This record gives sequence, C-alpha cells and structure tokens, in this order.
Amino acid sequence: MKFLLVEDNMDLANAIGSRMRLDGHVVDHAATLDDATAFVEAEEYDLILLDIMLPDGDGRDFLKRHRASHLDTPVIVLTARSQVSDRIGSLDLGADDYVTKPFDHAELEARCRAVLRRKSGIAKSTIEIGGIVFDPVAGHLIVGGETLSLRNRELRLLEFFINAPGQVFSKQKLADRLFSYDDDVSDNAIEVYVARLRKHLERSELKITTLRGLGYRLDHVS
Amino acid sequence: MSASPAVSGSLRNRLVLTLIGGAAILALLLFFTVRSYAARVAQQGQDNILGASVTSILDAVALRDGELEVDIPYAAFSMLSTPSDDRVFYAIFQDGELLSGYDDLSATNGRPNGEWVFQSGEVRGETIRQVSASRTLVGLGTRTEVEVALGQTQDALAETLRQISRNAAYLGIGFFTLVAGLSFWATSATIGQLNKLTTSVTRRGPQDLSPFRKPVPREMAPLVSSLNSLMGRLDQSLSQSEDFIAEAAHRVRTPLATVRSYADATLQRVEKEENREALRSMVRAIDESSRAAGQLLDHAMITFRADHLEREEIDLVALVRDLVQRLTPIAEMKDLSLTLVGDPVVIYSGDPILIQNAVRNMVDNALKYAPAESVVEIEVSQGTQAQISVRDQGPGFPPSEIDTLTRRFERGKNAAGTIGSGLGLTIVQDVAKAHGGDLILTNRKGKGACVTLSL
Amino acid sequence: MRYLVALIVTLLASACMAEEWEDQRVFNAAADGPRLRIISSTDTALFAPLIEGFLTQNPDVSVEYLVTGTADLNARVRSAPEAFDVVISSAMDLQLKLANDGFAMPLENMPGSDWAQWHDSLFAFTQEPAAIVINRAAFAGYPVPQTRQELIEALRARPEAFRGKVGTYDIRQSGLGYLFATQDARASETFWRLMEVMGGLDLRLYCCSGDMIDDLTSGSIAVAYNVLGSYATARVEGKEALEVILPSDFQTTMMRTAMVVKNTQYPAVAEAFVRHLIVAGPELAPLPLLTSQQEQETAVITLEPALLTYLDTLKRRKFLTAWEDAVIQK
Repeated sequence: MKFLLVEDNMDLANAIGSRMRLDGHVVDHAATLDDATAFVEAEEYDLILLDIMLPDGDGRDFLKRHRASHLDTPVIVLTARSQVSDRIGSLDLGADDYVTKPFDHAELEARCRAVLRRKSGIAKSTIEIGGIVFDPVAGHLIVGGETLSLRNRELRLLEFFINAPGQVFSKQKLADRLFSYDDDVSDNAIEVYVARLRKHLERSELKITTLRGLGYRLDHVS
Repeated sequence: MSASPAVSGSLRNRLVLTLIGGAAILALLLFFTVRSYAARVAQQGQDNILGASVTSILDAVALRDGELEVDIPYAAFSMLSTPSDDRVFYAIFQDGELLSGYDDLSATNGRPNGEWVFQSGEVRGETIRQVSASRTLVGLGTRTEVEVALGQTQDALAETLRQISRNAAYLGIGFFTLVAGLSFWATSATIGQLNKLTTSVTRRGPQDLSPFRKPVPREMAPLVSSLNSLMGRLDQSLSQSEDFIAEAAHRVRTPLATVRSYADATLQRVEKEENREALRSMVRAIDESSRAAGQLLDHAMITFRADHLEREEIDLVALVRDLVQRLTPIAEMKDLSLTLVGDPVVIYSGDPILIQNAVRNMVDNALKYAPAESVVEIEVSQGTQAQISVRDQGPGFPPSEIDTLTRRFERGKNAAGTIGSGLGLTIVQDVAKAHGGDLILTNRKGKGACVTLSL
Repeated sequence: MRYLVALIVTLLASACMAEEWEDQRVFNAAADGPRLRIISSTDTALFAPLIEGFLTQNPDVSVEYLVTGTADLNARVRSAPEAFDVVISSAMDLQLKLANDGFAMPLENMPGSDWAQWHDSLFAFTQEPAAIVINRAAFAGYPVPQTRQELIEALRARPEAFRGKVGTYDIRQSGLGYLFATQDARASETFWRLMEVMGGLDLRLYCCSGDMIDDLTSGSIAVAYNVLGSYATARVEGKEALEVILPSDFQTTMMRTAMVVKNTQYPAVAEAFVRHLIVAGPELAPLPLLTSQQEQETAVITLEPALLTYLDTLKRRKFLTAWEDAVIQK
C-alpha cells in the first residue's frame, strides 16, 4: 500500500519508513506542510500519517484544508501531545485516528488496518498467490472457493510470509513481531499459530516449511 | 481548593463606624450649638424684658417740688410674669441711697442715661439675673441721680433651657438616627457593588479568564482593571505553559519514537539472540517511560479538572462507543474482542474528558490482563446511578488486595511483567470522586475482574 | 424711710407680743400629735368647717386658729415667721410679697390650676368679689344702684340722706381694703370720683368687713363699699334688710390664698392642710369656690409680681396721699 508520511524529524521519518517498507509498503516522506500538499496533489495515497508540530505550521491546519478539499484519504495523526487534550481536537478536525509518540509499530499497523477497513470502499488491495486470494485489510482468505475469516495474529503471520516468500523467519523474530514486548509469550505460542495457518493453507499451493533449528519458510508447491 | 485570605477588619464595619462616628460627633455638635444658641436667645429674651421693665420704671420717676416721685407702672412688674412664677426683686436708689424696694440689691453706680447693665448674682439663696439702669433728673436747683435695679430668678429660663435641651437632644438623636440609617444604606449600597463583582467572579467557569466588561463604579475601576490584567497575565502564562508542555512533550517523545522505531526495525534484521534481547529491553523501557509520563500528565490534568468540575450533558453510551472503536485495533492485536452492552442511551451530566479518560484506563487495564482470544465486556447502564462496568476473563484481583488497589502507585501483585505505572485505577477513582460516585472492584464468580465506575 | 418701716414693724410686732387676736381658737385640743398654728384673716366661723373636715382626716392633729386683720397678719408673719405654720389671707398682694420675699415653703405636685398658684408656694382656694352692700330701707322708693356711677348719682341726689351713712375700708389699716382700692383705681377713674363723693359725705372708715356689715345691719350706715361679698352673703341670710350688689360696670375679685411657712416644724401636716383647702369643695361654704378662668365673667386679680407694685413704699405713699386727699375733706 502507499503511504504519505508527513514528519519533520528525519530520523523518525527514516525509522518509520524503513519499518513500513519492511512490511512491503510504499512510503513517501514530506518534511513540511508545503511538501505534503504538493505530494497529495501529485499522487494518490491509501493513507496519510500526519505529524502535528511541523516547522511551517500546525498539522491540524493541513487536516482542515485536506478535508475542505473533499479528499477522503484516511489520515492518522502522530501526536506528541499529552493524551487527553489533543485527541479530541484532532478527531474533531477530521482525523480518522491517532497514535501517540512513541508508538508500537504493530499498533500503528493495526490502526492503519482498522482505518482502511472502515473505508474499505477505497482500499481494495487483495493479493492472489498460490491459489489463494488474501485481503489483509478485511482479514479474508479465500482458499478453494471457500472464504475464511482469519484472526488478527493469523492474518499478520500470513502477511509476514507472503510479503517475503522464501525467506526464513526464526521463531523469535516472528514472536517479536506478533506479540507485544510486554506480552508473556510461551515457547510454543508461534507453533500454535503456524499450525493454524498450515491448516488454513491445506488446500492451496502454499506450504509453511519447518527448518529445524532455523525457523519457518513459506514455499510455493505446484 | 482555594485558601481563605487573611482577613483584617471589615470594610463595611469601618465605613459604618466612620460614618456613625461622624454622625455622632455632628449630632453632639448640633445639640450643643442649638442649646447654647437657644440659651443665649432665651437669656436675651429675659434680659430684654428686664430692661424694658426697668426702663418703664425709670420713665415713671419724676421730681415734684424737689421731692422724688416713683410711680411704678403696674405693667412694669406685670411683664415679669413667667410660667414658673419667677421671684422679682427690685430696688430704687437715689444718689446711691436705697429709696425703696429690696435692700438685697445694691447700687452699681453704673452708666447713666438708662443704659442697661446686666449682671448675674445671688439674692436670698436664688440665682438671679439683674439689670440696673439709672437716670439723672434735674429740677429747680437740684440734680439727682436715680438708679433702678431689677432682679429676677431664672426658674422659667431654666425650664425653657430644659425644654430646649430636650428638643435639641431629640433633634440630635433624630439627626443621628437618620444619618446612621443612611450610612447603613450607603454602606450596603457600596458593599453591594463589591458583592456584585465578587458574585460575577465566582460565577465564572474555571476556564474563563476573559476580562470583566460589566460597568462598575469609578472607584472600583482600578480594582477591576488590575483584576483584568492579572487574569490576562494568568491566561497568557497558562497558555504559555500549555505551549511549553506541548513543546516539551514533542521534543521528548519524538526522539523516543525515533529510537523505538529504529529498535523495532532493527529487531527484524538482527539475528543474534543477545542483541535481540537488548533491543527488546530498550523498547520496553521506552514504552514504560512514555506510558508513565503520559499517565502522570493525565493524572495532573484530571486532578485539575476534578477541582474545577465542569458538568455538561453527555450520552455515556456514545462516549463509550467511540472509545471502544478507538481501542478495538489494540484489542485485535491480542485477538481480544471488545463488546459493548447495556442501555441504548444513558444521559449523564459530567465532564466528558474525565469520564472518557477513566473508562479508557479501565479498558486498558482489562486488555492488559485478559487472556488471548477472550472477550472484554463493557456495560453502560442506568440504574439508580449511571454505571460503566468493564469485565474481563483474566485472573481477577487478588482478594487480599482489592481494597488497597486503588491507592496511587500501587500495583497488583499479579501484574508483574505488565507495563503500567499503577496510576490507572487511581485516575478512575479520582474521576469517580469528583463526580460524587464510586469505583467498585469485584471478582466475577467464574473468572475475571469486574471494575465498575458508578457515577 | 427704711427705718420708719422697720420701726412700724417693730411696734406692730411688740403689739403681737401682747397676743391681741381678733379671735383665737384651738381645734381638737386633746390630740397629742402636732399642733398646726394657722394665722388667718378669715373669721373663725367661716373657717371652722374646713378645719374640722381636716381634723376628721387627721385626728391626731390639733389646730390653733389665730385671726387678725390682713395688715397685722402680714406684719406678724414678717416679724416672727417661726410662730406660724400656715398663713391664710385675703390680701393677695401682701401674700404674694411674703412668698416673693421667701417666707413660703415651695410645695411639689399640688392640685389645682396653674393660675391659682404662684411659685409653687402661694395657693388660692376661694374667689370672692368685692361688693356694694346697701340697707334696703335707705333706698326705699329709689332705684337700687347697679354700678359705681349709679351709686355716685344716688349719693349726689340725696346727700343729706347719706351723710355719715356711707362706709368703706380704711385702706391705711386694712390690707384687703388697700388691695381693693388699688385694683379699683387701676380699673377705672370712677373709683376716685366715688371716693371724692363719699369723702364729701363724712365717709366712715372701717378696719374690717365684719364691723361694716354690723353697722349696715343695725342701720347706722346705709351703704358699704367694697365689702367682701362672702361676708355679706353670710349675714344676708335671714336679714332681708341688706342687699348685696355686685357692680355691673366692673368687679374686683380677690382670691383667698394660703401658704406654708418656710421652716415650719410640721411641713407634712401643713402641706396636707393646704392641700385640703384646695380640694375642699363644699366645705368652703359660704366661701365661694374657685371657678375656672374660662367661666369667669369678671377678671380675678392675677397672682403675679405686679401685685408688688402698690406695695412699693413710694407708690403706697403716693396712693395713700391721693386717697386721703379724696376721702378726708376738711
């Protein structure tokens, strides 16, 4: 999917950008409101991530203009403000959601997904691979003509594999991405989710291979 | 909330005392002035009558064949009648020798030609007012001087003075009463203006720092203008500190966010388990500190708002629904479901920001302890009180700690490993108190905790 | 002059020592309480009911009632005030001067009207007009004069019938006579003409009302001028011979007054007696009661300092000279 990140802090912008690209998204970065306006006029984005405090103005003004020009690209505000006072304001101005800095990337992803799902009319990005049709936004998986509804963690796990077919994921790596850092994760938690996914993919050409001592890999078997 | 100011005296009392004191002095002055003036007039009256009487006697003096004749007119003494029947003494002297009358009086050998000489004295144990006048008569080869002295006691005068004193006293008391009444009225009217100002200050909402526009008496204008300038400065410093806090938060959180994002991203690439654990610890520390800072700020803000509670009509169900929607992505990450049950509409008069914050803390808490793939149920209901309950299917509260849990910075024993500052339930408790409600912690029969915010 | 007055007073006082009273009577002599000494110019007979009325209320008190003429009374009180407790006289001027000179004791809260008292020390309790009393026989067939002018005309019309038969007070001796004469003189010049006419008829002069009325009754005089009405009325009863005329031109009305002597031994009893006089009412009969001033047809001699006027030595000498000139014709 295509994101516009409006953030004046280059380090943060790079960090967010690289993290999102890792998940297979396309990210454009604007450091000022002027740049952001130019990007929005030139390109079409699935979602805008908007910082509030920018060198040439307040992000909320951009939001106001954005909504006034009848663009309904979803906007998620990145705020550093105290939790209570700012939220209401930016939601009132037309933001679809917000996250408070510093944020868990998984949370940002979840919020993006939730926003996109609410606006599913626009964002119809399904992936067809190995005999399955996967809609990561809606959380659907069609295998052999049957539509399966995936749980969030199953969905995310599948997404990891699909975004990097052939790559080997260690158990730890998967756990770090799937669970919060403060979750109490047991050793076999990943095995449970992998087993579930394998069951979902039984009738497809996709197969999760276990590489003893290394991890898991998604393989396309024809 | 606000400290009572040190009170030194009362403006009203001071005003009233000053005015009444002034009135008392004026009344006394009035009394003495009127009395002394009236006394002078009364004495003048007696003197005039005495003088007229003496003159009429002197007029009746004649020399006949060298012999002195004094044909005292009946009216001379008649005019000396007074309501108190004052005693009368008179004496007629010829060349200093008593010719007739009372020998108690003495000749003054005063000025001639009928000029009155007044004096006060004592005769037969009575205080008298005496007038003397003399006249020179010239006859055939003789020249003689006749002096008439006339005295009168002063009982009637004293009585008149008593009456005048009484009337003057009434006048003084009346004046005093009137002025005292007026001063009370004037003071109340003056203080009333101050009270009006006080009322309009008190009636203002806690956020209202706009200047006063209502007209006030000229004398109060400096007070109001300094009040306005104080509020202006306060407003400015408040917005400055708000800006400062926002700026500070921005400056701190943005780099934190950078570090966290990098750590997050790096974790995806690093393979070595030691490095991965280091990165995880880093992320946990960042999460914990930002969450603690957030909750501290929230708590401070909530304490402030609770002190100046501003109620408005809100629908609790709509408020909670928004919140549920907002928290759903987080719940989903853990494969948890949030369900909202209860009455369709619950109208309550309260501070929406406070209530929203409280409910968010309650749900956050439930999300933290609920096991994966379970349901967190939120119920909004209107019984005798508006109630918001959050139920999870987690381990529940340790029964021994259920009472102390709401104390600030106290975390349940089973919360080890879960990020949280311990302020969450304290915030809920504070919000409940501010709305005159309660926070009730219970364990459910099956499994799980139930937190109820009762408003 | 002063010494002369003093001398006369001394002589009169020594006369008093002889205790020559017109009348002297002790009421309730047996009582062992205080003895009130009353000096009065009023005949005992007229006053006895009042005293007796007082004594029934105060049975332990005895009263010594001493009667003398007004002038003598005045002199006695002045020379020996300590000898008396209550002074009652018809000579208002002398009484007022006594009070003015400080012989009276002021009394608080006395009943009676303000005009009937002076300086809270002199209290009036009767009101008696001076009258012309005639023997009807002398006027048989002639109109009875109603005014002084008519009396003058009647006397002038028949001088021989009235020669030596007209009487009045010797104002040199009688205090009351002097009071009436001076007030008459003040009121009208007619007084002097009357005096001259009477003087031309060998006017007979009396010291007291009583004697005059005796002579009238006996017929030795036909006309008495300025007799005290009350005395005349007391006699007229049952004596058809006399007629009391209250002159219609003007009347001179005197008030009998009483005072408590200053430094009296029995101030309470004396005050009670005076109070009794003021409120006595019918007991006063035949002495006329005070009437309120509004009801009076004629002016009553006012209790005021002006009464001192004719008592002034010079004024008195002048008045007496004029009177003698008119009355005693050579």
